[in-house]
Amino acid sequence: MLSLVLLALGVATITLLVLVVSQLEERMHRDARSIDLVVGAKGSPMQLILSGIYHLDAPTGNIPLSSVQLLAKNRMVKRAIPLALGDSWKSYRIVGAPKEYPQHYGAEVQSGRLHDKPMEAVLGSEVAARTGVAVGGTFAGAHGVGGEGQEHAEAPYTVVGILAKTNSVLDRLVLTSIESVWQVHEEHQGPQDEADRKALEEAREVTVLLIQYASPLAAAMLPRQINSQSELQAASPAYETARLFRIVGVGVEALRAFALILMLAAGLSVFIALYTALEERRYELAVMRTLGASRGKLFGLLVMEGVVLALLGALTGLALGHALASILGAWLESQQQYPVTGLAWRPEEFWVLGVALAVGLVAALLPAVRAYRTDVSRTLAQG
Amino acid sequence: MIAVRGLAHRYGETQALRLAEWKVAQGERWLVLGPSGCGKTTLLHVLAGLIRPTEGEVEVSGETLRNLEGARLDRWRASTVGIVLQALHLVKHLSVRDNLRLAQYLAQVPQDDARISDTLGALGVAAKGARRPSELSQGEQQRVAIARAVVNRPKVLLADEPTANLDDAAAARVVDLLSEQAARHGATLVVATHDARVKGKFRERLEL
Repeated sequence: MLSLVLLALGVATITLLVLVVSQLEERMHRDARSIDLVVGAKGSPMQLILSGIYHLDAPTGNIPLSSVQLLAKNRMVKRAIPLALGDSWKSYRIVGAPKEYPQHYGAEVQSGRLHDKPMEAVLGSEVAARTGVAVGGTFAGAHGVGGEGQEHAEAPYTVVGILAKTNSVLDRLVLTSIESVWQVHEEHQGPQDEADRKALEEAREVTVLLIQYASPLAAAMLPRQINSQSELQAASPAYETARLFRIVGVGVEALRAFALILMLAAGLSVFIALYTALEERRYELAVMRTLGASRGKLFGLLVMEGVVLALLGALTGLALGHALASILGAWLESQQQYPVTGLAWRPEEFWVLGVALAVGLVAALLPAVRAYRTDVSRTLAQG
Repeated sequence: MIAVRGLAHRYGETQALRLAEWKVAQGERWLVLGPSGCGKTTLLHVLAGLIRPTEGEVEVSGETLRNLEGARLDRWRASTVGIVLQALHLVKHLSVRDNLRLAQYLAQVPQDDARISDTLGALGVAAKGARRPSELSQGEQQRVAIARAVVNRPKVLLADEPTANLDDAAAARVVDLLSEQAARHGATLVVATHDARVKGKFRERLEL
């Protein structure tokens, strides 16, 4: 029993890690696909990536629209998508973006249409499902990305469309035009005359610019060129994501090592259980020889016991790992974080199963050899 | 059926068994008598092919045991010999029926529930098929051990001290049961015992 529990815990830990890490990696790579560079305000490059692509962290600040327009015209830039961030609704981020942004992720409209005019909003599938707001509904954004800031009640959004599920970051976002974001914040500053309005227009900013390179040469030149400007920072999603996984990877590797130790302990426990049972069952095994069992058959039976024990532990562990992934996924979803599902199956799990079976097999070998060498006559004479 | 010539067996320096010649015809019932340590159990183990004797030739049911080795010897034992041990050694976590099924499985004969029912019925324990050995009386366990030994219809039935620790009535009943079962299946019966109470049961006796 102890062997089963230890093996199941080891397998469950590894399965959970495999499921969570692989799904997060897959999801993060999907969210960052075809985005070669993120440009934003100076600060932490990882924060820029986390806020600009994954919408997980607070933005580093804003950058002038004029700089963005200049950069978009650079011949090394194939495509540039500006995003204006800063507000949220019920903790879902409101992203001011052109239509190229949902198109970039291959998003399709499930109902309604994409936004055309300021103060029109399109909801990601998860946002629509969890808030229950349909096309035609209205809402007011709140300042800040956590949803606890001051509400912009004077500038409500009207929902004009809901996106179909994309399995990308879009599912968790509220999309609107960049002009909407500007309008909300400009109205927030009170009554304005023509001069004020012109000054505000000249001072307009966006938060990040997502860039796709026009050529491989751009990878070598553009980031350096941008970072040399005092007000802009360029960060590579590929590099920062890899760095993030290296940092997180230390913890993942520690957990993986712990799970392997659990599995080895389970192997030792299987060995002790079989070896102890062998002492108790030596008459039984001797009787089986008198009934015609060959030495090879007894060896096979003992090995089979170890493998069946390991298989039971491994299958229990796999089921437990998937159940834990489902529980974790449900919690992450309630926190509006990256979703993880326990219903997925990863090819790596075959390896986990294989390792568990190998542990059971190795643990059973010595008891099986001892059973093979049983001196039937002497054992029966002692009984 | 059984032919022994110049048989001797030693455990290290200790002489455990010496038997110059012994012949047993098919269907005969023999008692092997002698005090503890005289080699009765060793003789039964030699006849079952569990021990290769140090010297001599042993032929059982037409096979010279010296010519059989490994898996061939195991298959021969499964098909030819049934053994009732002194301590019975029924597999305690299996039911009575499963103990007999195990004997069929290990002998590589097809599972035959009708034969199991017939065998248990002949020994008066048909109603105990679903019970575990620990739920049976000593006498019932003895009958199940005999059933397990005869379920594959062996040509030779060996019993090692089957009456040890039994009262007079039970001892007589066990020997009668063994005798009945051997007769029922046409098997040769060899009972090793130092129990003076059963001496008169069979006409054929071997003193060691």
